[in-house]
Amino acid sequence: MSDDTLLSARGLTLRFGAVPALVDVDAELWPGEVLAVVGESGSGKTSLLNVLSGRCQPQSGVVWYRDPEGRLADVHAMPQPALRALHRSDWGFVHQNPRENLRMGVSAGGNVGERLMARGARHYGSIRAEAIAWLAQVEIDANRVDDLPSTFSGGMLQRLQIARTLVTHPRLVFMDEPTGGLDVSVQARLLDLIRSLVARLGIAAVLVTHDLAVARLLAHRIMVMQRGRVVEAGLTDQVLDDPQHAYTQLLVSSVLQA
Amino acid sequence: MSDDLSTAMLRTESVDKSFVLHLRNGLSIPVLRHVGLSVHEGECLALTGPSGAGKSTLLRSLYGNYHVDSGRIWVRHEGTLVDIASASPRTIVRVRAGTLGYVSQFLRVVPRVATIDIVAEAARGLAPEAARARAEALLAQLNIPRRLHALPPATFSGGEQQRVNLARGFIGNHPVLLLDEPTASLDGENCDVVIDMILAAKRRNTAIVGIFHDARVRAAVADAIYPVSPLQDAA
Repeated sequence: MSDDTLLSARGLTLRFGAVPALVDVDAELWPGEVLAVVGESGSGKTSLLNVLSGRCQPQSGVVWYRDPEGRLADVHAMPQPALRALHRSDWGFVHQNPRENLRMGVSAGGNVGERLMARGARHYGSIRAEAIAWLAQVEIDANRVDDLPSTFSGGMLQRLQIARTLVTHPRLVFMDEPTGGLDVSVQARLLDLIRSLVARLGIAAVLVTHDLAVARLLAHRIMVMQRGRVVEAGLTDQVLDDPQHAYTQLLVSSVLQA
Repeated sequence: MSDDLSTAMLRTESVDKSFVLHLRNGLSIPVLRHVGLSVHEGECLALTGPSGAGKSTLLRSLYGNYHVDSGRIWVRHEGTLVDIASASPRTIVRVRAGTLGYVSQFLRVVPRVATIDIVAEAARGLAPEAARARAEALLAQLNIPRRLHALPPATFSGGEQQRVNLARGFIGNHPVLLLDEPTASLDGENCDVVIDMILAAKRRNTAIVGIFHDARVRAAVADAIYPVSPLQDAA
């Protein structure tokens, strides 16, 4: 493991009964790098995301995270409060369904400000100003700051979740199908938003998607999973344009051309 | 050729490449064998050969877009030689950002992003304002009317999309530039613009490898030819 590595996983194994979700999976992520994990439903990609982020314990294997001071922490050996603190500060999680992350009974501005307060911000005026600035970054009008998320469309909810996640400037963001379930017209704008924010803020990300076009647009590297195993990994455009493994060739050649 | 080793910007040694089609019972199609070429600063090397000979495959291999079976692809990146054929994905990302530019035949971008932003985003080492100004100038040079700059290129004609792609490829001023048929869908006037841009890049010491179907364009820009010949479907 190199001194620069942000996240490193070795030998991850997870089974649900007889079903293998992860079989001896290794993964590595550098600061500012976007890694896409692709594969069909049930290939283990969401399990990998949950294990990497400490939300789910593997049966074997280890996940190391390097904190800003350069210290290594074993994610699954961390006390729960330390892991929760990590999720509130250095890390972010963008769910496919924004309702899993947002508090639907709290205003849009409150949803963004809450992450700042959890990190220790106390001055109401500056929290509100930063919340409004972040709503603008994700193209939500400032006059919606006091509205409840329940009055927002699906695309707006997803953008609100992204603002809530990025407001604390996390170093590492886990994304589970961030454009899944959205209208195609909204997807494009959201993709461009995620791409520019991640690049500008230098955020590292693990992105789970079944959409190869999303992986191509956002990710530097890609991992292809099948039945819990990583069958191919490498530079995104090389894996998609010149796939070496039979399963990747099948996956790439099965995409419908619009 | 030790002289070549010390000065070439891009140099290949015995590159082999075949495609193995697992969905066709592992059918193996050899495309490149023993490819050895080199290009220096300010030089333009043209790949020639019949359609299907593997010119685009070779160009894509030089960019790391295709995986080669064996051989070396040396690129001089910030003073040191990097072998694209064996480099890690992270290294290739860095070499592409700093040294190796590529203009493909087709524009592939995030939908609904304005043309000007698509081009400006590819600039290197410029502040946002300067990047936009440079993008505007390049688009204007390529005869893309100003009224189109704020529109996404999805509805543009093939020739217009190719010119947006060229602006995006040239704005970065990469020391090594790979061009895949940069004038394929352009009329005579726009071909002349592209010839001028290539000659200007050469004067800035850019090393260029390109595929130029148009013999007039090739004659105007190329200093040397590397013929790519089709291989028999052996084995």
